Amino acid sequence: MVSPILELTNINKSFGHVHANKNINLTINKGTIHGIIGENGAGKSTLMSIVFGLYQANSGTIKVNGKEINLRSPKDSIINGIGMVHQHFMLVENFTVLENIILGFEGELVFGKNLEKAKKDLKDLCDTYKLNIDLNSTISDLSVGFRQRVEILKSLYRGAEILILDEPTGVLTPQEVDELFKILRSLKEEGKTIVLITHKLIEIMDLTSEVSVMRQGEMVGHTKTENTNKEQLAEMMVGRSVLLRLDKSEVKAGEVLFKVKNLTVKDDLDVTRVKNVDLEIRSGEILGLAGVTGNGQTELLEALSGIRKVESGEIYLEGKKVSDRQNFLDPRKLKDKGLAHVPEDRQRMGLVTDFKAYENLIFGYHDQQPFSKSSVLNHRDIISHSKKIMEEYDVRPQSPNLITSNFSGGNQQKIILSRELNENPKVLLVGQPTRGVDIGAIEFIHQRLIDMRDRGAAILLVSVELDEVLSLSDRIVVMFDGKIVGEKDNKNVTDRELGLLMAGVV
Amino acid sequence: MEFLSDIASLINSTLRISTPLVFAAMAGIFAERSGVIDFSLEGKMLMAAFVAAVGSYFLGNPWLGLLLAIIACVSLSMLHGFASVTYKGDQVVSCVAINILIIGLTTALAAAWFGQAGLTPTLNEDQRFLEVNLPFAESLRDVPIIGTIYSDILSGHYIFVYLAYLSVPLVFWVVFKTSFGLRLRAVGENPSAVDTAGINVFAMRYKALAINGVLIAFAGAHLSTAVNANFFREMSAGRGYLALAAMIFGKWHPKTALVACLLFGFTDALQIRLQGVELPAVGEIPVQLIQAIPYVLTVVLLAGFVGKAIAPNAIGQPYIKER
Repeated sequence: MVSPILELTNINKSFGHVHANKNINLTINKGTIHGIIGENGAGKSTLMSIVFGLYQANSGTIKVNGKEINLRSPKDSIINGIGMVHQHFMLVENFTVLENIILGFEGELVFGKNLEKAKKDLKDLCDTYKLNIDLNSTISDLSVGFRQRVEILKSLYRGAEILILDEPTGVLTPQEVDELFKILRSLKEEGKTIVLITHKLIEIMDLTSEVSVMRQGEMVGHTKTENTNKEQLAEMMVGRSVLLRLDKSEVKAGEVLFKVKNLTVKDDLDVTRVKNVDLEIRSGEILGLAGVTGNGQTELLEALSGIRKVESGEIYLEGKKVSDRQNFLDPRKLKDKGLAHVPEDRQRMGLVTDFKAYENLIFGYHDQQPFSKSSVLNHRDIISHSKKIMEEYDVRPQSPNLITSNFSGGNQQKIILSRELNENPKVLLVGQPTRGVDIGAIEFIHQRLIDMRDRGAAILLVSVELDEVLSLSDRIVVMFDGKIVGEKDNKNVTDRELGLLMAGVV
Repeated sequence: MEFLSDIASLINSTLRISTPLVFAAMAGIFAERSGVIDFSLEGKMLMAAFVAAVGSYFLGNPWLGLLLAIIACVSLSMLHGFASVTYKGDQVVSCVAINILIIGLTTALAAAWFGQAGLTPTLNEDQRFLEVNLPFAESLRDVPIIGTIYSDILSGHYIFVYLAYLSVPLVFWVVFKTSFGLRLRAVGENPSAVDTAGINVFAMRYKALAINGVLIAFAGAHLSTAVNANFFREMSAGRGYLALAAMIFGKWHPKTALVACLLFGFTDALQIRLQGVELPAVGEIPVQLIQAIPYVLTVVLLAGFVGKAIAPNAIGQPYIKER
């Protein structure tokens, strides 16, 4: 017997001029795992934030168990049995697990009896769902997977019957994803309802029984998962058919263009984050660097691109030593030697988001011909260059005078990519090329990287998206705790094997 | 024996001099733990000193003066909250505005009401707080050691001195042992976590600022209606900034902030004692140099002698809910 637990009718939400949710209708049945799929910016998170009371809808009604409710703040949602695990965890990092969970639900002014009761209740919940969490550990000491469990436990403790998870697997290793799915299935067994927001088709197929698809703020389809397939869902998401597999020619690796020997790097807090790393990338080859976020990839990329000073070790370009601790080259000089860098955090390091697109399109090359002559910028040539390159890289809208922060994530990434690729670098370092980028743009960006490789560039691809590493790379190395813990040829490796390496198990 | 009584009087003045610093540092802890920078401790202390002195002069009762000072300081805190919490303005700018406003306002009002720029009339004994002699202080005075500690160090202070040191364990208890304290600390670290727990982030910050206003009022009243018998221009003399430094040096923690306040108080007490003292080989040290000791110490300590001070994570950032 299916009965609806959550019903949304005609939900509308605008942020300024952006109509994020348009007339959304959605019915979620009790005891199901319901997937909501859509590209980044399709309005999934906004919709669920409305259901959680974080945002208020401009119009529309929300019913829980057939009763219309008025959601003014998360408190109202929590009282009505709605819990949410956000993409960015809502945890206080220097608090313990226990403190985080009872926050707002202490039940007493001065800690005492209720705190003891909470501890007991939480232990019972942990046992029921096999969460295996130590209530006294501090959040900052926990892995991402465990932090997520704390979020789930928090919602359960607050009495959630409907649990919304927003992109829960983005930061997890394949093994952690398995664990999470196990927990979610056991929650379903206990009669809880789960709403899974994702842009990953495979998760929908794996876990859900029903799926709703969103595109550009609208709900474009509902179906039972068993009646659909990945290709069909992808087409609904994007609005046209997409290539899910990349066409890639056989690797024709040439001489070693980029080499790193025994590299050690410390972070700002003086913690060694990269430990004796050796790498070699040949011409015409993409080397994928896989790993869970925070295992030293960021510091490695920063060191290789000249942003962060190395503790020890050497960097070679085309067989010649170019940089080490004594003679450390800054990003500028490395750039002059043919090394380009697409940084992980595009808004912080790749762009000045308050500047216009044309300015960002020439940064780093702005003092070269034809962009400037004797230190004076040549505005006309810059604009015509910008127009040309924006067309070539399909940056939308094609307006060089638009402020960069007004472009979508995918288009911002294309701006950086076009700037760096246009110089035909010999070596390209790319960090998280498609983070926060929609499917259509992902396809484009991947194709560009393959083109670069086919033209003989050596490419280092750092990504936390395992699918991306697997589909682009010719060789894959895995980083764990600052060390390279394994190297695999892409032809004979599975995501399971990589996952074990990423978790530091092997 | 003279050495012992020297030490006793040094400790005695340390306790007294540290008092406004302790109140201000505790006030700062509430604001900053909630994620709101409070650079305006200085201005609020000055305001409290002025209002307490004027209030007591007109109403004839120092407690009423204190009450008015509390109202004034809470209002200033609310103003700070209005600018920086509700309207998400820059917190430092809001504080600097308050500080400058108060320096001018107190001077101008004193001129308008009493005809002397920045000076209020001297308060008589009924209009100010007097030293409190603890019970049996006189009879115990001659008992060795205990007498010195009890009668010479602990007894004979203004009420604010006792209140200041009582406020430290109280603040500790509130911040670390109550649900309010848990929410307070959370809202300064990750306001989103607080919001998603169904707690109003803005209300939490306003509550913290209100407590901040009450505490800082005590510091000002101590200056103008206890240790002094009137208000004079810029009488807070940087104590608000010093307390802020002590709070940072104490890592936003009441106990360590207390230690820092006492350290600053001690150097101040020491500099008063050192004035005019001839040192062998050096001769008399210029007064200005000695007076600079507490401030030099502040700079040196903050420059990294105490390790990295990690501020509440969300400090200085207005909470913006919708993008």
